[in-house]
Amino acid sequence: MANSYYDPADLRKFGNITEWSEELGKKFFDYYGKVFEEGALSAREKSLIALAVAHVVKCPYCIDAYTKDGLQRGITKEEMMEAVHAGAAIESGATLVHGVMMMNKYNKLSM
Amino acid sequence: MEQSILTEIKNAAKKSLKARHNELADTHRQMDILNGDLFADGELPYFKDKIAQTGQFPLKPKKLEILQINVGYMCNQVCEHCHVDAGPDRKEIMTRETMEQCLEVIRNTGAHTLDLTGGAPEMNPDFRWFVEEASKAGIQDFIVRSNLTIILANKKYHDLPDFFKKHNVHVVSSMPHYTRNKTDKQRGDGVFDKSIQALQALNKVGYGMPDSDLRLDLVYNPSGAFLPGDQTALEHDFKKALKEDFDIDFHNLFAITNLPISRFLDYLLASDNYEDYMYSLVEAFNPSAVANVMCTNTISVSWDGWLYDCDFNQMLDLKVASKVKHIKDYNEEVLNDRNIVISQHCYGCTAGAGSSCQGTVA
Repeated sequence: MANSYYDPADLRKFGNITEWSEELGKKFFDYYGKVFEEGALSAREKSLIALAVAHVVKCPYCIDAYTKDGLQRGITKEEMMEAVHAGAAIESGATLVHGVMMMNKYNKLSM
Repeated sequence: MEQSILTEIKNAAKKSLKARHNELADTHRQMDILNGDLFADGELPYFKDKIAQTGQFPLKPKKLEILQINVGYMCNQVCEHCHVDAGPDRKEIMTRETMEQCLEVIRNTGAHTLDLTGGAPEMNPDFRWFVEEASKAGIQDFIVRSNLTIILANKKYHDLPDFFKKHNVHVVSSMPHYTRNKTDKQRGDGVFDKSIQALQALNKVGYGMPDSDLRLDLVYNPSGAFLPGDQTALEHDFKKALKEDFDIDFHNLFAITNLPISRFLDYLLASDNYEDYMYSLVEAFNPSAVANVMCTNTISVSWDGWLYDCDFNQMLDLKVASKVKHIKDYNEEVLNDRNIVISQHCYGCTAGAGSSCQGTVA
């Protein structure tokens, strides 16, 4: 095991997962490629969604990949940061909306 | 990139590598890096071996289409990514004698495109004379690569849009982004505003308008260690933003990959991006781009008349592998029978949709 759980060079080896399970790996990469093609949403829009999700799932490889992808597409840093905030808002909202659960429980248990 | 490194590079970049006596001003040093451990240890394949896998080695020229002449390395700007290492301190300027040798070739060439570049070609004292003479040769497409800000740099350049129009010159200009921040970061403070004013001045005389024959194309280079995205998508974004924000029209956008040489190589090394960038280029290798790479239809002439397979080879001092090496001995037939000189920087022209001075190739 390396000294660190995450090695930036491992991102280049992502495709290697296919070696240990060719069928599933191939299906995944075909699906992945298809998802990010131009569709009802532009590839540019999907890149920003991917960047936001990358932050929410806190995947360093994905953040690396989609920051670079955004730069290649000419996406500005302001657009990228807004996407990150959109992800963060949903994530913090998801925490906070559980506050209602806490309030319900509190009220139920209180006289 | 860390702010301190960025500041360091920005301050240094006010002068050329040559004026700074930077080791990369020596082309041998650049070649050592391009042939270095990353490739010598077999981690990445040499370009030669990579194209041999698809039966494309040795790379041979097709019909000559473009004669590209570099009239000097002097420039009013010192862009961070410049592969020419151009700047105000560069004194290499084509003389009228060499221009006359070029004109002789221009009059007799089978190429349909003449492409003048620099530096800022307009800073050559004989630039206007040369354009006037060359335009008489009746070349189908006569390109001048103008950095835009030169038009505003001095009163004597203010009439360049009219001069270009008079000689039906096709203007190709650099514009790294449609936002001020990204443009100024790569090309220097104030460059964005001046570029916008210059584009408006060109539009005013008819350049770049939708139905105009006065061609105005823009060149996009990524402002950092990443590859250009899809040329059509970028063109769409540039057109929309420049029209909405500044009422600017232009024809086409050429997306050009930065090659790992000269000042861009310096940046890659200083920012610790060299290895990742070379990986990106090699991973994006596209054999169909090799088939149409610009060295197969272009000859590049340096300010002192030497001949090269492309402007990048010129900057690495890799002269053509032919008996004919200088414009004074020019012979198209003999030249076309050469093998193209290649090295690892060539991966820059074969990545993704490919890259050339005319944009993507695949």
